[in-house]
Amino acid sequence: MAADTNVPPGVLKAREALKDVPHEPGAKKKDPILVADKVVRRFGGLTAVQVDHIEIQRGAITALIGPNGAGKTTFFNLLTGFDKPNEGNWTFNGSPLGGVAPHQVARKGMVRTFQLTKALSRLSVIDNMRLGATGQKGESFWRGLVPALWQGQEKEITERADELLVRFKLDAKREDFAGSLSGGQRKLLEMARALMVQPDMVMLDEPMAGVNPALTQSLLGHVKSLREDGMTVLFVEHDMDMVRDISDWVIVMGQGQVIAEGTPDTVMADPRVIDAYLGAHHDGTAHDSAEVAAEVAAEAEGGKSDE
Amino acid sequence: MSWDIIIGVSLESLINATMIAYALAAIGLNVHFGYTGLLNFGQSAFLGIAAYGLAMTVATFGLPFWIGIGVGLLGAVILALLLGIPTLRLRADYLAIVTIAAAEIVRLLFRSVSLSKWTGGSDGLQAFSDGFYSMNPYSGAVEIGTLISFDARELWIMTVGWVLVAISLVFVFLAMRSPWGRVIKAIREDEDAVRSLGKNVVSYKMQSLILGGVLGSLGGYVIALRNAAVQPDTYGTEFTFYMYTIVILGGAARVFGPVIGSMIFWFLLTFINAVLPEAIDAGYIPTWFMDKTDAGAFGYICVGLGLILLLIFRPQGIFGDKKEVMLDGR
Amino acid sequence: MRRAVIIFTAVLGFLFTSLGFGATSALAEGEALQGTLINAGQPVAGVVIKVSDEGGTSAGEAKSGADGKWAVPLKAAGTYKVDLDTATLPQGVVVTTGRSSLTLTVFEGAARNVLFPLGASATSGPGAPAPEDDGNSSLARVLDLAYTGIHFGLIIALAALGLSLIFGTMGLTNFAHGELITFGAVICLLFNVSWGMPLEIAAIVAVVLGGVFGYFQDRFFWGWLRNRRTGLIGMMIISIGLALILRYIYLWVFGGTTQQYAQYVAQPGIEIGPISVAPKNLIMDGIAIVVLIGVSLALVMTRLGKATRAVSTNPALAAASGISVDSIIRLVWAIGGALAALSGVMLGVFQGVNYQMGFQILLLVFAAVTLGGLGTAFGALLGSLVVGLATQLSTLWIPTELKNVGALVVLIVIILVRPQGILGRRERIG
Repeated sequence: MAADTNVPPGVLKAREALKDVPHEPGAKKKDPILVADKVVRRFGGLTAVQVDHIEIQRGAITALIGPNGAGKTTFFNLLTGFDKPNEGNWTFNGSPLGGVAPHQVARKGMVRTFQLTKALSRLSVIDNMRLGATGQKGESFWRGLVPALWQGQEKEITERADELLVRFKLDAKREDFAGSLSGGQRKLLEMARALMVQPDMVMLDEPMAGVNPALTQSLLGHVKSLREDGMTVLFVEHDMDMVRDISDWVIVMGQGQVIAEGTPDTVMADPRVIDAYLGAHHDGTAHDSAEVAAEVAAEAEGGKSDE
Repeated sequence: MSWDIIIGVSLESLINATMIAYALAAIGLNVHFGYTGLLNFGQSAFLGIAAYGLAMTVATFGLPFWIGIGVGLLGAVILALLLGIPTLRLRADYLAIVTIAAAEIVRLLFRSVSLSKWTGGSDGLQAFSDGFYSMNPYSGAVEIGTLISFDARELWIMTVGWVLVAISLVFVFLAMRSPWGRVIKAIREDEDAVRSLGKNVVSYKMQSLILGGVLGSLGGYVIALRNAAVQPDTYGTEFTFYMYTIVILGGAARVFGPVIGSMIFWFLLTFINAVLPEAIDAGYIPTWFMDKTDAGAFGYICVGLGLILLLIFRPQGIFGDKKEVMLDGR
Repeated sequence: MRRAVIIFTAVLGFLFTSLGFGATSALAEGEALQGTLINAGQPVAGVVIKVSDEGGTSAGEAKSGADGKWAVPLKAAGTYKVDLDTATLPQGVVVTTGRSSLTLTVFEGAARNVLFPLGASATSGPGAPAPEDDGNSSLARVLDLAYTGIHFGLIIALAALGLSLIFGTMGLTNFAHGELITFGAVICLLFNVSWGMPLEIAAIVAVVLGGVFGYFQDRFFWGWLRNRRTGLIGMMIISIGLALILRYIYLWVFGGTTQQYAQYVAQPGIEIGPISVAPKNLIMDGIAIVVLIGVSLALVMTRLGKATRAVSTNPALAAASGISVDSIIRLVWAIGGALAALSGVMLGVFQGVNYQMGFQILLLVFAAVTLGGLGTAFGALLGSLVVGLATQLSTLWIPTELKNVGALVVLIVIILVRPQGILGRRERIG
């Protein structure tokens, strides 16, 4: 790895920042953008998330991995305000985020995407993009009625949106309904739309799920470029090749807890991680299958609301 | 069969006050259901509150006409807040159940004996429209051709009604092409996505509920003034169902949809209700199959059938774009 | 599909039109004066009401039925004088306002409700004290209302269980469920009154046909829509259209009046402690409880029941595990139709048969299902009892005419406090 001569500056910075961080759960980072403490979420008798301490390094790409039912998506929902924890608190850029509504979380600079893409089907691609811009004057009802008050700003937003569409190679689809895009294109659109918010941190929930292999490389490239633009990325992913390829740091969850942390290579050699993925023989199977069932139900629920 | 009368009343129903009232109600519902995706099954309550606000202010408390209009509008806004604050955070079907329950509560309260001192109970209220008709600039009836004629009162309420329709349509048009409208339409597609982009979804849904409720309440005034009376059972649940039929008929989320839908709805319903009794009289329809009292029921059966066929075969409405509707699975 | 429509129409046609129901139909559309005479929560029958027009010419006359309802159809809109013949009122009962003659305007196409508030006359002596005056009779009133509440709750529960199962398995909020209730009541009336079958047998026939009706509705209509991938919101609005069609078909073939079954209309009550209950009500309660518990247990114990619950939880997974989702949903529709028909028969015994009866009770059924938690069977039962008791007991504090308001307010409050219902669980997001 050290042999790479033209490693982009963002990667070097991230490596440098994470160089001396110990490979253990809840490790302290040099410059954390997100710090969470004792976050617990229970569903009935099932504890889906129980994270004692976690820190996410600014400017790095961090992967959150773990077997099905490990609580990754639930943890994502909690951090972004889409679900309320039973206990716990966390800060983002130094300001507390516990109990903050999802739209305020986004305004503070933490934007997420969803496992099942949420393209706004009956809006055009460019309208999807424009929607992402924050602080729009025309989004208040009375000012919206008077085009003169917002048309200037709309023009700026549209220019920014068009640049992003070119970068994400969606400019040919500009006027199409988002619902007519392919699955991979929707993922691209969702990511581009999130960038319209101009966030400090992007949270990607399974960005590669359901994307055809031809688009995978370009998506990977886009994620990497976020780091070069100075953004922090936290993503959930099952594809280990992708995790190895793009992440600077990996956090492993199992049964709601953080069980390991480290660079991709060390984590994937960690026996605890292999254990978690191949079935925890020490923990009986009943508990496991209950969690899997909960996860399946949750996914089905998500699928229903998506229809 | 007197075809000139049948055709005359059918043509009148394309532009008369009843059609206008339903169009205004549907314009409001279109903001809720068509643009925002809110399942409001209590739209009739917005019309009822506005109509009773006007009637009670004038007839019961003896205050001037314009104060009555103000009270009615205020009532519609308060109803929107009461319905919205608790339910807009919940799942869509809860809004449906709460709004339908609230509409029924409003109707039962209007017709209750205990409150009849103010509301007139099931008789409703009269004698509140003099202030309105004293402003009437028309003095005689107007005939268009030989088939259609409107008297001065109807002409006045129609004039005001069409002005209200025009203003409402301009409002909806401007609002929906603005960034505000973009957020509203995005909420219809997926609330969570809109939330994740930093928009306060609950606040927008509330604004939509108020806007649609206020637009609908204009229809309440038109009905009340047209009849010169308010009666609680006018504002029942079926009223809301007809509005849904109209919105879907004209094409949801289309600016002119509700007006066109209301025209088609009333033209067909009036035609059926006019032609059937004549056909029975003339012996074209055997009385063992249908007598004159059944003709009304047949009209409603047609409404139901029309609603079903539209949703199955033309969910985009008569003039809508099929592609647009087929994009999502709802 | 065409065959289905033909069969469906033929069955309906056979059931209704051949029996001359049309001939008995009264004015339902068009102008009329109507009302319900109620004294202390009980309908007052046999009271004569005369209507005359402005010129003093008689425009019609009516006698209140066993449910206290009366109606005088009119030829045209206009102003009419309505006289209640006080001599025909039961002894000790008077019009409390003292106005037994009213002059009213009837609007075009509108049936106007006329209200004669009845009450005990002040001169009727010490034998008729106001209920509040006496501790004993007050307790009796509470118990009486509580019993009626449970009875009404059980009737709602039968319908609510089916509605909840259908919602659970196919996600449809079925606005046409009320018409399944009316279907049962109307079929039972048909066999009982028109064909002279004993009510018990007619009820069984109605329940069976209700199940068949539910089954065919899904087999040929909802199932077809599912295959076409019609969205849930679309299906919900389609159910509104279907409800309109069915309701006005009932009106067309059956008429707008409220009719009673041939037996068990006015059965004398037996004394149970401080309250008096008609044996028919106790028997119906027994049947309802057995059926409700039976169906609920079947859902838990039998293979078919387990499959049903599997479909409710996750249709895709159930299909993948080899369960035929379509046939399960069809079964649920058959059960739902039969339960609703039973509910309709009992409601018919309780308050008479009317083309709108299902529509009028539908909101309370929705309330019950929502209260218990959408899609949970036992929740629907519990919710129904809460709704039944809330409607009846609320009359202790609010006027009887507003009792449904009480239940609906309870519904809204519960949605605010516990949106997942009494027994439902919170769902996960994302």
